Amino acid sequence: MAKIIVVTSGKGGVGKTTSSAAIATGLALSGFKTVVIDFDVGLRNLDLIMGCERRVVYDFVNVIKQEATLNQALIKDKRTSDLYILPASQTRDKDALTQEGVEAVLNELAETFDYIICDSPAGIEKGAQMALYFADAAIVVTNPEVSSVRDSDRILGILQSKSRRAERGEAPVEEHLLLTRYNPERVQAGEMLSVADVEEILAIPLLGVIPESEAVLKASNQGTPVILDQASEAGQAYQDAVQRLLGGQLEHRFLEVQKKGFFQRLLGAK
Amino acid sequence: MSDLSFQLKGSVVSIIILELYQFTPAGFADQLRAKIDQAPQFFAQSPVVISLEKLNAPLADDEPSQLLALCREFGLQPMAFRGGEVNDAIRACGLPQLPSSSRADSELQMPAPVAPAPQQAAPEVVVKTVVEERVVQRPAKIIERPVRSGQQVYAEGADLIILSQVSEGAEVIADGNIHIYGPLRGRALAGVKGDQQARIFCQHMAAELVSIAGNFMLSDSLRKQLWQQPAQVALNGDSLHLKTL
Ligand SMILES: Nc1ncnc2c1ncn2[C@@H]1O[C@H](COP(=O)(O)OP(=O)(O)O)[C@@H](O)[C@H]1O
Ligand SMILES: [Mg+2]
Repeated sequence: MAKIIVVTSGKGGVGKTTSSAAIATGLALSGFKTVVIDFDVGLRNLDLIMGCERRVVYDFVNVIKQEATLNQALIKDKRTSDLYILPASQTRDKDALTQEGVEAVLNELAETFDYIICDSPAGIEKGAQMALYFADAAIVVTNPEVSSVRDSDRILGILQSKSRRAERGEAPVEEHLLLTRYNPERVQAGEMLSVADVEEILAIPLLGVIPESEAVLKASNQGTPVILDQASEAGQAYQDAVQRLLGGQLEHRFLEVQKKGFFQRLLGAK
Repeated sequence: MSDLSFQLKGSVVSIIILELYQFTPAGFADQLRAKIDQAPQFFAQSPVVISLEKLNAPLADDEPSQLLALCREFGLQPMAFRGGEVNDAIRACGLPQLPSSSRADSELQMPAPVAPAPQQAAPEVVVKTVVEERVVQRPAKIIERPVRSGQQVYAEGADLIILSQVSEGAEVIADGNIHIYGPLRGRALAGVKGDQQARIFCQHMAAELVSIAGNFMLSDSLRKQLWQQPAQVALNGDSLHLKTL
């Protein structure tokens, strides 16, 4: 049975798509057959971050409207085996996704995949609710600032009241907190919430803390999920998060301000 | 005040629901007679609401009036139809039409039969009598998970007990008392139907607003006393008072 994981946040621009790409890649690297679906109809970002935008022929909406088969629309990742992308449509309107259509696609994917990662659009309305409805687990992506935390809290409420599991009275959707764009200097300066602050407000288990890092921008410009940049702190932090998702017990890293050595300061290295 | 002719009030009334599954005059009359023979006093002049929600085929032509006539013949007082298809035949008999109920009706607890009723081998069950819950004392509503921003929980006619947190932007409401065993960061309104004895108890007071019987206090004032500490809120005259727990 496939596990369906939604990557969601409420607020936009917090790192959902970056995280979806990284975590899907990490699961595939760990040997699990994984597909990542872009639910952000109209924006279509995931294929850029995965570096497969030129290979998009058919998309999620085509499959739902039965204009293409799932096999025609799925894009096999060139770098990582066992990894597939189902891109969103750039042209259609948001109402193109129907609950029955999404369910049929997920059921078909569940026959062959181990993990189905759903990259949610921003907001708490229909599009975001569609992305989370069928989820078994949720990765709630949060930035260490008050408005992002508040939106995450709202989406947690929706997960526990409007998901299929909630409606059927099944075991609740598993909750994981992924704190991204974490900047220990700014936390120390009191400009951002700390890990402890966010954990206290949201009260869900912490999957990982991804530091604010230039490597993320570089990776998305190159169309390579940042988890493949093993030298970067962000890449390592995503690797840790994937291992925790698979049940590993790892210390959280990159939470403290690092004292830069003389040469690092001289070279301005991150 | 003295020149008021009336006042409108809401109330919950227990009533017998006759849940109809299928209708033929003879079959219906037989089953109704058997039912009433079991407890004649219980049914004497009882008001009933006839539920059509589970009826296999809509009532047509003069069936609604036959149904009502039979009910009256056996001493029941039909008050309204509930659910089902509203057609001309139903409209013609003049009873009000209530919307379908979302609450489950509970099966009617009948008094023990006076004389042992003849055990009917009836393969076709025509009516089943049910009654809505009798409200004597409502148990407290217990919430085990966090109440998140944008969510609202209401304990109608009861106390509300929350074993987790109430987030900023969430609202918890009760006709009775409210107990919160995690942090209260949202709004808590106790005694909303006017109970001035109602109180709010919480382990960690960080509320946006607390209110008892319509008298409220905002976080600005709350911050000055017992902020982020265990606290209880009670109404004293028409002002709220905080005390440590
Ligand atoms: N850890 C990070 N460090 C620096 N920039 C980041 C990080 N995570 C995301 N970003 C940047 O934030 C922006 C929004 O990220 P994206 O993943 O598209 O968010 P969302 O899908 O939630 O809208 C992008 O420009 C991305 O490069
Ligand atoms: Mg996105």
